[in-house]
Amino acid sequence: MEAVNTKVKSILTKHNMEKKDLIPILQDIQAECNYLPRQALQIVSKSLEIPLIDIVGVATFYRAFSLKPRGKHVVTVCLGTACHVRGGPKILDEFQRKLDLKPGETSPDGQFTLETVACLGCCAIGPVVVVDGDYHAQTTIRKAGAILKKYKKEKKNEKV
Amino acid sequence: MRKSKKIDSIPGLEKAIQSKISRRKAEKIPVLTVSAGTCGQARGSLKVIDSLKAAIKKENLTDKVKVRITGCHGFCEAEPNIIIYPHDIFYQKVDPKNGKDIVTQTVLGNKIIDSLLYVDPVSGEKAVQESDISFYKKQKRIVLGDNALIDPTEINDYLSIGGYSSLVKVLSNLSPEEVIAEVKQSGLRGRGGAGFPTGSKWELARKSKGDLKYIICNADEGDPGAYMDRSLLEGNPHRVLEGMLIGAYAIGAREGYVYVRDEYPLAVKHITLAIAQAKELGLLGENILGTGFDFKLHIAKGAGAFVCGEETAMIASIEGRVGEPRQRPPFPAVRGLWGKPTTINNVETWGTVPLIIDRGAEWYSQIGTDGSKGTKIFSLVGKINNTGLVEVPMGLTLREIIFDIGGGIPGGREFKAVQTGGPSGGCIPKELLDLPIDYESLTKAGSIMGSGGMIVMDEKTCMVDVAKYFLNFLRDESCGKCVSCREGTQRMWEIVKDITEGKGKPGDIQVLEEVAWACKDASLCGLGQTAANPVLSTLRYFREEYEAHIKEKRCPAGVCTELIRYSISPEKCTGCLACLKVCPQEAISGELKKVHVIDPEKCIKCGACFEACKFDAIIIE
Repeated sequence: MEAVNTKVKSILTKHNMEKKDLIPILQDIQAECNYLPRQALQIVSKSLEIPLIDIVGVATFYRAFSLKPRGKHVVTVCLGTACHVRGGPKILDEFQRKLDLKPGETSPDGQFTLETVACLGCCAIGPVVVVDGDYHAQTTIRKAGAILKKYKKEKKNEKV
Repeated sequence: MRKSKKIDSIPGLEKAIQSKISRRKAEKIPVLTVSAGTCGQARGSLKVIDSLKAAIKKENLTDKVKVRITGCHGFCEAEPNIIIYPHDIFYQKVDPKNGKDIVTQTVLGNKIIDSLLYVDPVSGEKAVQESDISFYKKQKRIVLGDNALIDPTEINDYLSIGGYSSLVKVLSNLSPEEVIAEVKQSGLRGRGGAGFPTGSKWELARKSKGDLKYIICNADEGDPGAYMDRSLLEGNPHRVLEGMLIGAYAIGAREGYVYVRDEYPLAVKHITLAIAQAKELGLLGENILGTGFDFKLHIAKGAGAFVCGEETAMIASIEGRVGEPRQRPPFPAVRGLWGKPTTINNVETWGTVPLIIDRGAEWYSQIGTDGSKGTKIFSLVGKINNTGLVEVPMGLTLREIIFDIGGGIPGGREFKAVQTGGPSGGCIPKELLDLPIDYESLTKAGSIMGSGGMIVMDEKTCMVDVAKYFLNFLRDESCGKCVSCREGTQRMWEIVKDITEGKGKPGDIQVLEEVAWACKDASLCGLGQTAANPVLSTLRYFREEYEAHIKEKRCPAGVCTELIRYSISPEKCTGCLACLKVCPQEAISGELKKVHVIDPEKCIKCGACFEACKFDAIIIE
């Protein structure tokens, strides 16, 4: 709790407590905390003198923000038009089945979050799936398992 | 990075440019140019770079061969690709294990490696140089072409191709009014979608009263399937900065923003770096080159809202608010960011400006059609052989773009439609393949130019599903301010979704058309006004497909899951067990070398068997 406090305060200082920087401030908090904790938004509200409801309004309007903690690994399936016509929805279905998650949900063990994106602009290699910033090109239904295995394995290794 | 010395006069910059140009000309060593934009990196170009560098070091060639890491060259299909100068040898789909051979055989031995050459999908011929490849032949790459010549993280590379000399020209010889006149005369129109004449936009802002004015670069490239702005920002950020500096000077703006999509991390990185370098060199900041011209540039990162591509929503977003569009007029040129006159142009527009200044409005206006001048970058994607960014003169036909440049449809399938203009655009059928592309012709065909996405669809693409796709996107991205858009996109999506699930009723099409026109007529911003285009254009050209779904409960393209079933052709099945092994439901039964059978009760239609079968034995009907 105290940690969140310090992080938010230093982010606010970095932005000179400027109201107009609300969105970059929220972006920085999310980068630090992996989501927007309620406590952080309360501090921002108080410090910038913006009503909490307006901050929540901004935080829920933009897709990039999450009010819930996100998983350790974020799996993003591209649903751009090019990926769509090349079978993107079927890839998403497979990830939903494999992870037992709907888009936007995080697994109860906090390991995986499944997300979709409207286009990553690398249509030549579609359908594209990005896990933790790594691009997986020309994904197939059969590749889905292998992609996830890599990250599940990392999880096992950490336990050892 | 070495720190550059600040330049404080116009002759100083001129001298710096000249010295970089001559240094580049004097450079006689071979250069290996590796394309490393986002797609290149996703396909392993960074590993290729490592392997090339390792091979160069091993052969003790560190001072004798140069590796230049560039942004995207546009030919995404061939990534990672490299060009070897001075002989312009083009290698495609390079693997890290080719690094050693490229250095020892091609660079040292002057031998071409046959297996790395591009093979034309139509003629089967191999191409040695870029210029031999049909993908490049009909293009006119005046904006995008320089991506292949420079390392985007090095301002000196930009200077070495004459970069920033248009800024020199403007600051030393032209008045702001003269700059505006030049841009007006060139006929340049906004490349973000609507096609408003750029010079007139600048003139409005110039004439608006106010001590403080802003310019914004719209890099919130939201149209799915369009990525030319990303490519320019990644591959040639200083070109965009130079355009903005010229615009700021012409309009009288002292501050600007680049509003860039956060989903483009490499573009954010390169434009951030470019701003820092320009500042260090004295090209941004106060009293630029001692002329008294001040210009500060900031970056605003988008937070994932498509509607923020609309200019008034973008302004709200930069101000830290919810990105809802507002009524225009007043237009941003009169009342924009923080109430001050503001000019917003798209990345490609800003990136075109230095060219117009450098080579003149007359040269530029000779390219293109009567109403649409210059070139346009399209992203040619979907069911197409040569996926990539193509820059063509306005007025080229769709057929030339899709078949001559794009190499046609893969797998010998038939072309069905091309979708242009993103979610605001429409689908154009094969009857209109000979349509010359410009702003007006596309609008007449029921679509729009948009930012330049061109998604090619073949016979296996269901047009009702495509309409559903865009409606789903739009109902999600509608900001919710106007009822007609918020409810209209939702209801249209529900109707189309029902149709794709076999629940369509007679009369659905009429209701759909009625809602579509209401959404078009009654919404405030471009998003709502054009939200019906995907529905109206597919209804206009592919009505029979809607009717097949509604009346016969059949999806002719075999896409809509609820209306199709999977089975195995007894004639084609070889009994190889491949499909049986991948089926997650254990719905397929059979033995080795015996025909397999799908149990429709267990089948969830995931498509894994279709993907696994090498003999085309899986039937979808």
